[in-house]
Amino acid sequence: MPTFVYMTRCDGCGYCVDICPSDIMHIDTTYRRAYNIEPNMCWECYSCVKSCPQHAIDCRGYSDFAPMGHSVRALREEEKGTISWKIKFRDGREKNFVSPIRTTPWGSIKSPSDYAAPSQAAFKAQELAHEPEALNIGKLPALTPDRLKQGVV
Amino acid sequence: MFTSNPFAELSASISPIVMQTYVVVMALLVVGGTVYDTLHKKSAQYFFANWRKAQNKGARQVGGGEMVSLAIQTVAVEVLSAGELCTARRRIAHLLTMYGFIAYVITTVIMVFGYPTPATPTPAILPQLWGIGGLMVCAGGYWFWFFLRVDVAAEGHSRFRVVQADIFILSLLASVTLGLIWAALQAAGSAGTSVFLGLYLIATTVLFASIPWSKFSHMFFKPAAAFQKRVEDANGSRSNLPAPADKPETFGSARTEPQHY
Repeated sequence: MPTFVYMTRCDGCGYCVDICPSDIMHIDTTYRRAYNIEPNMCWECYSCVKSCPQHAIDCRGYSDFAPMGHSVRALREEEKGTISWKIKFRDGREKNFVSPIRTTPWGSIKSPSDYAAPSQAAFKAQELAHEPEALNIGKLPALTPDRLKQGVV
Repeated sequence: MFTSNPFAELSASISPIVMQTYVVVMALLVVGGTVYDTLHKKSAQYFFANWRKAQNKGARQVGGGEMVSLAIQTVAVEVLSAGELCTARRRIAHLLTMYGFIAYVITTVIMVFGYPTPATPTPAILPQLWGIGGLMVCAGGYWFWFFLRVDVAAEGHSRFRVVQADIFILSLLASVTLGLIWAALQAAGSAGTSVFLGLYLIATTVLFASIPWSKFSHMFFKPAAAFQKRVEDANGSRSNLPAPADKPETFGSARTEPQHY
């Protein structure tokens, strides 16, 4: 379900532009309001929907399972740690969901900038930066170099 | 510089009647421009249609007393303290510009109509407030223009890229900046005073005459929209947003301890 912006609600703060991992939320050059420049390329992560302080962003469902006329609205309540979704279908049915925003306390995630810069040797390793300690596990399974050349069976 | 009334000094070369007529014409341009803007953008039509829609969808009727309370809250939060703006920096810049502009305009009108010539000595507080208001507009406005404007801050566009949406902020900054320069040159007895007076008048005329194409009238529309939003929250229609939730009892999966971080 790609996202779209209600232009009358948007105040052009740019939060969605900053947070969009696909870089498709942009500011309209005439009205200075946010809009999704390429809905087909939307990752549907809903980061913009959740972060919009004006609740100006909705999701547009694909017509095969969510016919025209429905709406999807999200309310993010950081102080309660919840995000609620209200799906309204065009026949009037409504579905409401409440989920926790996260499973760990606020501020408990170590920022990437708090980790030491990887060494040159780490760039050649199979693990991503700061793995495995960033995953809170002792060791990640890894293939030996000779098995790598053979490929995974 | 901000100890004398620049408009009283100007009365030596321009009649106070001309200055007062100019101020009245600018005020009429604001009224006319806002009405035209409302009609050609159909913003009033949209506003009232949305208002009716929200009232029909509402779970309950909002009474008269509650309506007054919501109006007071709107004035206190959204109007007087720009509470709808998301970030502290945008809010501070907006408040500087807004209160600076109000002080600047009101003192201009008082000085032009109340103390138009040196024969009626101007209280020192008026030119001081005029200057402080102008400097506040410059501080908030230039901060916004160079650093906070969303296509500069979020899109990374050039600070000097100008589009139609910038008419309001640019003409406001030009008007106030040129007004302050004109007053400073006049106080110093400089030769370039009349040039900057001409530029000041051009920028001011653009500011007040460009309302149908600029963002000037947002100062009338935004409080109405903020009030409508509060009423929607109160009557339960909530712009189709979900109802505020209670904190869920279980965080994460009930079967396994979360180990993501």
